[in-house]
Amino acid sequence: MRIKVDKSRCTGCKLCQQICTIEHYHEINPKKAAIHIGAEFPAPGVFTPMLCVQCGACARACPEIAIERTGNDGAFVIDPSKCTNCGVCIETCPIGVMYSHADAPTPIKCDLCLKCTEVCNTGALTVVDTPRATSR
Amino acid sequence: MYGYGGTIVRINLETGEIGRSPTPETFAREWLGARGFVAKTIYDEVPRDADPLGPENLFIIAPGVLTGSFAPCGSKVGFGCVSPLTNGHADSNMGGHLGPELKFAGYDMIVFERISPKPVYLFVDDDTIELRPAEQYWGMGSLDLEARMKKDLGEDFQIATIGPAGENGVAFACITHDFGRQAGRCGVGAVMGSKKIKAIAVRGTRSLPVHDLPGLTKHTYDIIQRTKTHPNMEPWQKYGTALFVSWANEHGCFPSRNFQTTVHEGWEGISGEKLAEEVLVTHKACFGCWMNCGKYSRARIPGKPDAYLEGPEYETIALCGGSCGMTDIHHVAYANYLCDNLGLDTMSGGNIVGFAMECFQRGIITQKDLEGHELRWGNIDDFEHFLRMIAARRGIGETFSHGTRAAAQKLGRGTIEFAEQAKGMEFSGYDTRWYSAQLLSYCTSDIGAHHNRSWAITADIELGQDTPVGKAPVVIYLQHIRPLFDTWPCCRLFWGELDVTPEEHAEAIKYLTGWAMTIEESMRVSEKIWNLTRAHYLERNGGPGRKHDVAPLRQLEERIPNGPAEGRKVGTENFEYMLNDYYANRGWDRDGNPTREVLELLGLKHAADNLEKRGLLGKPIPGGIPKVRGQKLKPKAM
Repeated sequence: MRIKVDKSRCTGCKLCQQICTIEHYHEINPKKAAIHIGAEFPAPGVFTPMLCVQCGACARACPEIAIERTGNDGAFVIDPSKCTNCGVCIETCPIGVMYSHADAPTPIKCDLCLKCTEVCNTGALTVVDTPRATSR
Repeated sequence: MYGYGGTIVRINLETGEIGRSPTPETFAREWLGARGFVAKTIYDEVPRDADPLGPENLFIIAPGVLTGSFAPCGSKVGFGCVSPLTNGHADSNMGGHLGPELKFAGYDMIVFERISPKPVYLFVDDDTIELRPAEQYWGMGSLDLEARMKKDLGEDFQIATIGPAGENGVAFACITHDFGRQAGRCGVGAVMGSKKIKAIAVRGTRSLPVHDLPGLTKHTYDIIQRTKTHPNMEPWQKYGTALFVSWANEHGCFPSRNFQTTVHEGWEGISGEKLAEEVLVTHKACFGCWMNCGKYSRARIPGKPDAYLEGPEYETIALCGGSCGMTDIHHVAYANYLCDNLGLDTMSGGNIVGFAMECFQRGIITQKDLEGHELRWGNIDDFEHFLRMIAARRGIGETFSHGTRAAAQKLGRGTIEFAEQAKGMEFSGYDTRWYSAQLLSYCTSDIGAHHNRSWAITADIELGQDTPVGKAPVVIYLQHIRPLFDTWPCCRLFWGELDVTPEEHAEAIKYLTGWAMTIEESMRVSEKIWNLTRAHYLERNGGPGRKHDVAPLRQLEERIPNGPAEGRKVGTENFEYMLNDYYANRGWDRDGNPTREVLELLGLKHAADNLEKRGLLGKPIPGGIPKVRGQKLKPKAM
């Protein structure tokens, strides 16, 4: 499966970011979320949710082999016991969706928990079935 | 303390001194946040003779307990001061993302004192708080400046700005944020401008301390899932508040041509449907809202640059549109953009231009006053020229820059009779001649004729549109429940349209703070604030209270000429009946002055003492005050 993003439906409400940090950090803090929302205002007036597509580039680049396909439906997940927070994965990510936060011990990436799709009420984030998580 | 940012900031703009102190839990619990924090602080600290645009007034920004939390739509932040428009207590709030950002930076209230010698903007980045020079921004439009500051500081800063109208002290200048969310009413933008604060930029990266996060998460998650299929969800997502345009015309409460009538010829051209077809760019939500009533639009008018704006919302369509005689949604959207970028409230602004158009129609103002221009109904060029005169306070624009009441007083010639305002605050977008509870709501409100203090339109239908009986107790309830959403604060629309109960909102406070706080306790806070701001108004403006609770003559005695409400008027006698009923049900005396009994019951002994010193305290009520003040009625969605 994967999370399908339809940016034309995103309203910038940040519910996805809140539930993301509640799920992963037991905190409410949109800036720690694995999903960011680009906002192009005043023109053209577009929101763009940006999150990991599970391409695996980070895993291939990680010098500690700390990113492995251990998540939901084969999602790439950071192992905090191996991660040194060196930032190579953030630099390597081809679409800039490995995030960081001063209070987070490791980079932040989507692990396909799908919670965001449960609270999104506009269809901007939906789950679609695909054979493998690597599918784009 | 859970649920709050934890810190209150005080900034002396004259000296540049910035002080911080922990938010006292007793203060937080007693006043909850936003409107409550503001009302208490302004009442206690601003001298009663302080000039609203002078150094003794305060300017306050305050989120509240629900702001920035996972509670349903905790997006709101309050602004407060003494109003240059009404000379009474002022608070105005906005959604968007500014309030949550302040909470994530750790702040519950920022109090600005005195006046800065030079233009500044407030820079907040977690622990860093600075006043930074803003000469380079002075003179810029609100929307233009937000775009510029996002470039200068970064996308992840939340920014609020004022426009030229705020700099120039126009009494109904607003504060703009997120390219179209406004704290619109009471002239809070003028007070911000008087202090030489051009903008506020905030970034907060901390987590909000929550007492019971699993409890809060389940609570809100369940509400989200339940309301996704609510029948009102789809129309609100599609059209936002603009969907009310057709209803208001069909029910004879839509202001047309400065409230000369209540069905607008050509309303179909400025309806919610037209908005969605013609100008909508994207749907836009406030923080934590899954109903996205915000509509982001583009106005296209030949000969003018494309204009991007958020809206137009119902109130803007009613007042810039209907009340100014417009029938083209592009024109209304452009008017909205003009107000936003100049930094003018679209409600007071639209109302005032409509009032001026009627003055022009009657020959009270002429082309000579308008620098050779006209002021014709529905003409967007005339609208633009006159609005710019107001924002710059140029020529006759100066007269109108103080609000409709002040302009009518200066113009004379009976103009006050068709100046649709109460206490100096322009009417929201509802004519009240067939909606007497709404008229009572406007006229008894602490800040004047603002629908958000009590929206009673559908309550009028339920209680009977042709009778004044039974209206007062319901208005009192609505004046407690609706402003409560500005106090917690969160959006009221989940209650009004999606049937999320006040109890459910109050329950979120329990999860956030750990306090066993009931809805009754919250309602008591709301009643306390209402009485405090009433006392404040009287202490500043003298008594008796009744002399301030005045309705425009048009609403009382001029019959609606056509449409669904043809022939209707409220009638002076009916209005006086409702006022008597209202005061009795509030525990105030017949002069409209609060009594010691009700003030002390609410924990406002000091206000009773202050009123007594000034000879403004209500006479004791024989038999005592009512035990229950207000009668619960949940107005139906339209």
